[in-house]
Amino acid sequence: MPKQQVQLRVNGVGYNLNVWPMERLLDVLRHELQLTGTKDGCGEGECGACLVMLNGNLVNSCLVPILQADGAEVTTIEGAAADRDIARIQTAFIEHGGIQCGFCTPGMVMSALDLLKKNPRPSEMEVRAGLAGCLCRCTGYVRICESVLKASQILQEPRSQE
Amino acid sequence: MIGIPVQRKEGKAKATGHAVYVDDFRLPGMLYGVTVRSSVPRGRITAIHFGPGIPWQEFTVVRARDIPGANCISLISDDQPCLADSFVNHREEPVLLLAHQNRCLLEKAKLAIRIEVEALPAVLSMESSLACTQIIWGTDNIFKSFLIEKGNIDEVWSKADFIIEGEYSTGAQEQLYLETNGMVAEITADGLTVWGSMQCPYYVHKALTKLFGWKDDRIRVIQLETGGGFGGKEEYPSMIAAHAALLSWKSGKPVKLVYDRSEDLVATTKRHPARIRHRTAAQRDGKILGMEIDFTIDGGAYATLTPVVLSRGAIHAAGPYECPNVRIRSTALATNVPPHGAFRGFGAPQTLFALERHMDKIASAIGLSPEAVRRRNFIRKGQTTATGQQIREDVVMDKLLDRALKESDFHARQSRFSLENPRSSVKRGMGIAAFLHGAGFTGSGERYLSSIAGVEVTTTGNVLVLTSGVEMGQGSKTTLAQIVASALNLPLDQVDIAVPDTARVPNSGPTVASRTCMVIGKLVESAALTIQQKLREAGMLGAGYSQSEFCSACSNYIQKYGPLKSYAKYQAPAGIEWDDEKHQGDAYGTFAWAVHIAEVSVDTVTCQIRVEDYVAVQEVGRVIHPVLAAGQIEGGVAQGIGYALYENVAWTDGRMENCQMTNYIIPTSVDTPRIRVFFEENPYSHGPMGAKGIGELPIDGPAPAIVNAIQNAIGFSVDFIPVMPEALLLAMEMQNA
Repeated sequence: MPKQQVQLRVNGVGYNLNVWPMERLLDVLRHELQLTGTKDGCGEGECGACLVMLNGNLVNSCLVPILQADGAEVTTIEGAAADRDIARIQTAFIEHGGIQCGFCTPGMVMSALDLLKKNPRPSEMEVRAGLAGCLCRCTGYVRICESVLKASQILQEPRSQE
Repeated sequence: MIGIPVQRKEGKAKATGHAVYVDDFRLPGMLYGVTVRSSVPRGRITAIHFGPGIPWQEFTVVRARDIPGANCISLISDDQPCLADSFVNHREEPVLLLAHQNRCLLEKAKLAIRIEVEALPAVLSMESSLACTQIIWGTDNIFKSFLIEKGNIDEVWSKADFIIEGEYSTGAQEQLYLETNGMVAEITADGLTVWGSMQCPYYVHKALTKLFGWKDDRIRVIQLETGGGFGGKEEYPSMIAAHAALLSWKSGKPVKLVYDRSEDLVATTKRHPARIRHRTAAQRDGKILGMEIDFTIDGGAYATLTPVVLSRGAIHAAGPYECPNVRIRSTALATNVPPHGAFRGFGAPQTLFALERHMDKIASAIGLSPEAVRRRNFIRKGQTTATGQQIREDVVMDKLLDRALKESDFHARQSRFSLENPRSSVKRGMGIAAFLHGAGFTGSGERYLSSIAGVEVTTTGNVLVLTSGVEMGQGSKTTLAQIVASALNLPLDQVDIAVPDTARVPNSGPTVASRTCMVIGKLVESAALTIQQKLREAGMLGAGYSQSEFCSACSNYIQKYGPLKSYAKYQAPAGIEWDDEKHQGDAYGTFAWAVHIAEVSVDTVTCQIRVEDYVAVQEVGRVIHPVLAAGQIEGGVAQGIGYALYENVAWTDGRMENCQMTNYIIPTSVDTPRIRVFFEENPYSHGPMGAKGIGELPIDGPAPAIVNAIQNAIGFSVDFIPVMPEALLLAMEMQNA
């Protein structure tokens, strides 16, 4: 099959790309656009290291053929920096031991962002269920859950003039 | 600074996705590499066919005969080839390498290659290896055997009130670092540079110098951000670096070779499967008079690190107990499966699973509680271990046990469960594991390594720590910086850790064996103190000083004398003696100690087992960073929960069949409880600021604590791991039959 044109808006920037139709969104992000914050951990939607927002929905980018993303709005960990909420979530991960090797972290942070938008005051069990699509081998999840719970508190606080 | 949870040095880069791991790293004009592997476990290579429809002239192809130096991955016995030449000894053994700039075409080409092998009978189990029906290694299929003896075990049986026997088995386990293995190599006029995911830059360096037959300074190895290791990036990265390097050398271009998950699972090392037999003589009051232990492990097709794993496992086999008569026989066998290798714990999780299961069996035979039998036998200061090592420091096992019992509310909950269990199909139980873990290399290992680490100061007073010890998630960048900042009385952000680059940092030994904080930490501490001393001796720094005084002293010193650098070399603490031949003496400088208690529920209808609560109490000397230290324990416990309950490597004809994250199951956030971690501090006199090693300790406890809890819940013994639901169902049916 020949290469095809797709249009994508990634982190607020529009792209016209000439791609192989069966390439994965993950490959296009990492190789074409060099947005390497999104990680390839398993290639089959098990580990969650490749999570991105696709038209506002959290998806495993390793399971999205690029043609399916034609015309879509994509936010990766790099683009999420523009979101004040995510900066606070990242800070909570840094401060509360939610990061060890860091390979699962971008996916975890995207997952936490999605969870806290849907459920701003989750219980610990809700956090655990909400993050169950992301695997971590380093932390035993204790401090990742704690980071997300701390982030949920911080996001509730009135914002200072930052 | 010490004992304070400062921010992780590289935390922000990781949280924002800016940290550069090997697959994020690219060089201009880079090719991609793939490995073509054996599809039979044992045989003679008769031909290699390059199929039609592929523009082979565009490809770089490397075979064993292209290797300029020695065709081996140099480690202990140099028996493992870099590429199989005429013989294959396990499935997925590398035979041929391909490189091309187009990755899609590369995958097609890989499938178009057919390696013709005349198959020979393979040895696929420890039993058939022992039976020697086929000799596949040496003269008897034995990589190594050790005997550890203390007292006279043969005379003890007649004096015993009880003789208790047991046999235990443990399965293979995959490290499953989230970032798969990978390397990038670039050939230049000056030599070769390799970047990648690794624990031991100097192991890779040594392997490459031998492979190419080049001088040390023509090979440069640089560690990139490493997404977890757990031992899985101790020895195997040398293989991948060798492959990437050969492709780059032959093509003249940079080459990236990164495994996908499936290749990483089938081809790289796992934890050694093991079988452990115990025969114990005990008195009526619970005192253990004699232990006879037989420890056998499956090493796979090549020796790699197996002899050292065997040794650590055997030394830990008698656990944290004093016993006057001990005999530990250990044997590592060759089979035609991919070599098993380093994994957090390094042999100790296997022997400690067996021992701690057996302690419960001993308690039940004598009619004492598991708690009482352990207390009766805990080793104390002044007593000797199985290798004759006298314990020189206070042992706080009783205190750890007390704390674990209290935090888990052990007695009250166990009584409640014994009332509730008969009326419920979901049975609850609690189990104890008491254990120790030796920090640093075994025996004379640290002396042979003679590690060096250093500290360099710039004219602005910024401090750079020079070590080949790597950050792989455990937090060494932060703890080493804390140690140096504390020694020099400087703020943390004035201290940085140099990129582990063999052209710039000295050989501080590998990042393994729970040695980074304790051994390398001590070296960087002493290098830092030497810097301080140099400045003082030059009359440029007073007894007490401010940050700015330190900075101007550095500036003055460098202007007057040139670079301000200091290196420290490992020196064994006084009185440490080890006999390699007899396996006698001081096996480790010190041990970390722990008691874990697990609470489980077992659904007797579905056979599903859940860990409901988990308490981990340990003594690791002084805690340098409470959050990172707790993170090590929590992560180790979660990995141990996987080892106990979920992680089953399904072997078919010597190959891991479940080579996906979909069917090799590691615990998720809903499979793990809120692991509760407590430290009892007991500063170690030879550790930096009193710290001991910590990384491996937590993986020794979960499997026995959980399986003891399962026995407590269902009332009969389970002597294997992983306890998969189907295996538990079979065990229950056999029990009922």
